[in-house]
Amino acid sequence: MPKSFDEQKFGLLLILPSFILLGLVALYPILRNLILSFTENDQFIGIKNFILLFQDERFKSSLFNTLLFCLISVPLQLFLGLVFALILQQRFFTRGFVRTSVFLPWALPTAVMAVAWKWIFNDTYGVFNDILLRLQIIKEPLAWLGKPDLAFFCIILAEVWKCTPFVTVILLAGLQSIPPELYEAISVDGANTLQRFRLITLPLLRPFLLVALVFRTIQALGVFDSIWVLTGGGPGGSTEPISLYVYDTVFRYLKFSYGSTMVIFSFILSLIFVFIFYKFWGDRQIEY
Amino acid sequence: MPEVRLEKITKIFDKNIVGLKDFNLQVKDKEFVTILGPSGSGKSTALRIIAGLERQDKGEVFIDGINVSRIPPQERNIAFVFQSYALYPHMNVYENIAVGLRIKGYSQNEIKTRVQEVAELLEISDLLKRKPKTLSGGQRQRVALARAIAKRPKVFLLDEPLSNLDAILRERMRTELKLLFKRISGTVIYVTHDQAEAISLSDKIALIDKGRLRQLGSTDELYYQPKDLFVASFLGTPPINTFEVTIKEGNFVFGPYSFKIPEKYWPKIKNISKLILGIRPEDIKVYLKPEPSSFVCNISTVEKMSGYAILNLNCQNKTLKAVVERDFITSIREENLWIKFNEDKLYLFNRDTQQLL
Repeated sequence: MPKSFDEQKFGLLLILPSFILLGLVALYPILRNLILSFTENDQFIGIKNFILLFQDERFKSSLFNTLLFCLISVPLQLFLGLVFALILQQRFFTRGFVRTSVFLPWALPTAVMAVAWKWIFNDTYGVFNDILLRLQIIKEPLAWLGKPDLAFFCIILAEVWKCTPFVTVILLAGLQSIPPELYEAISVDGANTLQRFRLITLPLLRPFLLVALVFRTIQALGVFDSIWVLTGGGPGGSTEPISLYVYDTVFRYLKFSYGSTMVIFSFILSLIFVFIFYKFWGDRQIEY
Repeated sequence: MPEVRLEKITKIFDKNIVGLKDFNLQVKDKEFVTILGPSGSGKSTALRIIAGLERQDKGEVFIDGINVSRIPPQERNIAFVFQSYALYPHMNVYENIAVGLRIKGYSQNEIKTRVQEVAELLEISDLLKRKPKTLSGGQRQRVALARAIAKRPKVFLLDEPLSNLDAILRERMRTELKLLFKRISGTVIYVTHDQAEAISLSDKIALIDKGRLRQLGSTDELYYQPKDLFVASFLGTPPINTFEVTIKEGNFVFGPYSFKIPEKYWPKIKNISKLILGIRPEDIKVYLKPEPSSFVCNISTVEKMSGYAILNLNCQNKTLKAVVERDFITSIREENLWIKFNEDKLYLFNRDTQQLL
């Protein structure tokens, strides 16, 4: 079949430019990074960096922070995103306005919103303390960003506030893709609201939940800007994620090779997460 | 005794679009009633109101003697077959049929027996493990029917279930549907715009137009005793011929033609000078040569159907359709034909109210 072969070649030719571009911006840096992590001053040093990595207390602590941040914030975003999507799917007065305003946090630049949150959490002038004091939930102002546990709470709150809209958008699109007859059919089959949710909404939303989960997990594993602005990794490194440690290593201590090793490590970590999700999630696609 | 009654149902969409207006309907136990009407007539709305998928603005719905107007669909004990079938895409065929029974809390064994029973009835036993996506239109149709039947509902509601099938399959499913519902002897309300389906399937037809019930009756009643011009024109392919006639000295006069009014119509036309005359295409006799009291017409076109042919005749600027046997058209030699009406089969309508006289 010479004709189809020609077509195939022509097709490949057409996608070549974008492949080259992708190779330059994605593939090359990854490979360069990989090489860098096995070398020191252009000398091959094997897996020495990786051994160092697992002895590095600061790295272990930042890995723990990253995982904790991911494990708390992502499920919260998914849950709240689902709740908001379900609410926004309902018909109500001013729905259009509410939909738009819900997506506002996602539209803001992270650094900008983090600065705003920093002011909100400010111990002396912050509105957060003010509200809690007025509601008499706390007796005296708390240093939200000054204590490890509280600071961790703050970065998670800011992240959830910022990223839930992303999940909401994806799940809302998912909800709109479900044919309304299916709800009618299951109603006639005897299902009440809760059963409708369990039998139709949730299973048909699975592919969309997976997309949201994968995106949010990858981004949470690489979180940088919001924490950089809010706490700078402090107090005492208690909120420092891997990416901040990488930043310090490379740009402050100028240890490029060691920094690359950390990057490779978190790259593999992301891959493992994604692999697990795809492997155990079940329906990746619903075909009607 | 499952019986469905709609009393003065009114449904208005978007404040001014009339879905249904004072719609009454009574369906007796084990009856197969078709709601027939042109698109936008409100027939699906009526069905959805019976199911509870749509809420009427006024009026009451009774199923089995119980007023269900304020009862949600899940508690009405009905089955609904959707035009799109609405099979659950993430469940296999077995689950599609079983899920309703599971919700109702039947035991695992009971569910299994019932699913196998309906699967056999509809010949889909070998499809039980497949997902809807992998099924053909006809197979999906069967699954949708199986899902409905497995529930043993009080009433079956079918919303244009055959309209997504191709012509041959549609015809076959039509016959099967008829047999199926005869076998399980259920009360069925069936919605369609296809009069052939309505006529072949149902015990009774409810003809609906612009949200109002035009006539409810057996197929023969609607065909031979239509209440008005709309009913008469809606049923029958090709449709009934209608034209205005004047009454002069005991004759129907139209254009240059006239013929004596048969005696049986005399009492109906007292004090009337003009009316609309209807004659069905199959009640027009066509001759090759002039006959006593026949009219001459030109042939404008001939539509050959499978067993018969439709002649479009031009009779002094009036177009008439007549049905003749297929063989007849081969014997036509000239452009002129002579026609006579079967005078027992005339339909007379009031010119203003369009009611049958």
